[in-house]
Amino acid sequence: MPDVSDASASPRLAAMQGGAWQVTIGTRLSRAAAGIAVLVVAGLIALPVVASRGLIQDLIFVLTMLALAQLWNALAGWGGLIAVGQQAFVGLGAYVLFACTVLAGLDPLLAIPLAGLFAGLIAAAIGPLLFRLEGPYFAIGSWVVAEVCRLLCAQFKPLGGGTGMSLPNAATSNTAGLKWVQSLLDIRSAAARDVIVYWLALFVAIAVIVTIYLLVRSRLGLALAATRDSIAASRSIGIRAGRIRYGLWVLCAFATGIVGAIVYLQKARISPDAAFSVTDWTAYVLFIVVIGGVRTLEGPIIGVLLLWALQYYLAQYGSLYLLVLGLIAIVMMLFVPRGLWGTFSERSGIQLFPVRRLIKRAIEDPPRRSPP
Amino acid sequence: MEMIDTILQGVLLGGVYALFALGLSLIFGVMRLVNLAHGDFIVLAAFMVLTATTSAGLSLPVATLLTVVAMFATGFALQRLVLQRVLGDDILPPLLITFGLSIAIQNGLLLTFGADSRRLDAGSFETRSIEVLQGLNIGLAPLSALIVAVAAILVLQIVFYRTSLGRAFRATSDNPQIAQLMGIDHRNVYAVAVGLSLAVSVIAAVALGIRANFDPAIGPARLLYAFEAVIIGGLGSLWGTLAGGVVLGVAQTLGARVNPEWQILAGHLAFLLVLFLRPRGLFPARRP
Repeated sequence: MPDVSDASASPRLAAMQGGAWQVTIGTRLSRAAAGIAVLVVAGLIALPVVASRGLIQDLIFVLTMLALAQLWNALAGWGGLIAVGQQAFVGLGAYVLFACTVLAGLDPLLAIPLAGLFAGLIAAAIGPLLFRLEGPYFAIGSWVVAEVCRLLCAQFKPLGGGTGMSLPNAATSNTAGLKWVQSLLDIRSAAARDVIVYWLALFVAIAVIVTIYLLVRSRLGLALAATRDSIAASRSIGIRAGRIRYGLWVLCAFATGIVGAIVYLQKARISPDAAFSVTDWTAYVLFIVVIGGVRTLEGPIIGVLLLWALQYYLAQYGSLYLLVLGLIAIVMMLFVPRGLWGTFSERSGIQLFPVRRLIKRAIEDPPRRSPP
Repeated sequence: MEMIDTILQGVLLGGVYALFALGLSLIFGVMRLVNLAHGDFIVLAAFMVLTATTSAGLSLPVATLLTVVAMFATGFALQRLVLQRVLGDDILPPLLITFGLSIAIQNGLLLTFGADSRRLDAGSFETRSIEVLQGLNIGLAPLSALIVAVAAILVLQIVFYRTSLGRAFRATSDNPQIAQLMGIDHRNVYAVAVGLSLAVSVIAAVALGIRANFDPAIGPARLLYAFEAVIIGGLGSLWGTLAGGVVLGVAQTLGARVNPEWQILAGHLAFLLVLFLRPRGLFPARRP
């Protein structure tokens, strides 16, 4: 006679009896990957000691683009909110940074969170309006908002209007920690500013990745996935789809604004056309996500490194470079729609930052009552 | 009088915007797809007509006709060979592909033609005008753009509601699976829809090219105007799209009257205002 208390007979029963089955997300590999990631981050923090200023500037580009790509991936991939107007928040962040430092004389380090808050506030205000647009029309609607922001900033004469302005040295000379970094690394103040921006970019990129990872693994992440798959079905089981999407939208705008401020602290020159550029802040970002893999955290890391390489070899060709990027993205979507990492992960089953829930037996062989 | 003139110019400009919008509206209506490269296809068509008239020495009507045929074929092939592969419940892949196309077309045009502004040569036609009232002149070119827009909508309405092709469009739009059971190959229906959309875009391109300068970078802005006309007018209604184009055009000319730098901004703000007050547009189709 079968033993009804056998754990393998029913996972639910077993769960009630003390968990011979359990839901897991992490694997041995993912724990190893987390360990390696910590080492890589430690190395990156220490890098300015040995790296050239050129490399630091390149890495600022890589880290800020990575953060933007992860944010877009969270918004569009996991959240189903496909926006092509995130340049709105990059530009707003940049303009708030300039306004706070040039006009109000604030420390740039204080201006950066304010830039994020302002971007988040604008997103919170415009969100309800944009959410009235269905799926693909939301995409173009967000683009219109970005254009409105660009045109309004171009009218703002104190920050140079349509032609823009440069960040005067005086505005960043009082940055907290600048002198310390200068004496620590024995470099000039311009290079020290790059190092500070680099650390900020590194911090923000990591914070974005960790936040998204925790979010996707949480109950909220499950709710998001359900919302994306079917709004009606997710509502019927009590998920407040609208509220979750709205929260994600505002959060992503906040972080995008911060990244925008960081980028323009390093560039130190702003113009409406550059700060709200759809090519720089959306086309590249989409390329990174498409190449690496939508809905993966590892994908954009690979994508941004590839973009960096392509930029290095092809950027001198200007239009041809962008033409090639566009064509690569189309071919990828047609033949490798899950991206390089997504396809690799699917074939090999390897996930470094796993987000899927797996049902596993906690104990390989559930203990049977041995006969007396 | 100056005010009337401004509004009249806006109405005429609206005809061009309605022409931009028709192709976008058509594809969305039939297959729920938004072509992010729509504006760039309009610019591409303008450059094709330009090349046919300047390099091959064809007359403007002949060049336009040839480009219409070429763009229809392009759209048909684009749908069958590219978009059809990614069409499904997930709207992300087709959006990303059309965005990639947008970048590729823009930069391809930039490589081929350079960044200079161009204009289509329509001879004396572009400068001629008729006097409606004392001191109130209407340019012949803008007026014909509006007339062509109305004609194009009439033709599309007849195609949609009086022909078997239109029945196939509507059936596939409602439910592709059931349409297929009725013997309609939805892949061909979609391909014809995209082809038709690009063919209409050629008309829009000629209207644009006679009236104003164009260069490879202006595509995305045309996409936004087209989109705004569609949303202001209300989804699913072609006459609504014309009205949307007119509202957008009038908003832009009124904005430009106050300050030339505010022209585009005024149009965008009018769009946001309509979205705020009437989220379904001014003249939504009766069908939900």
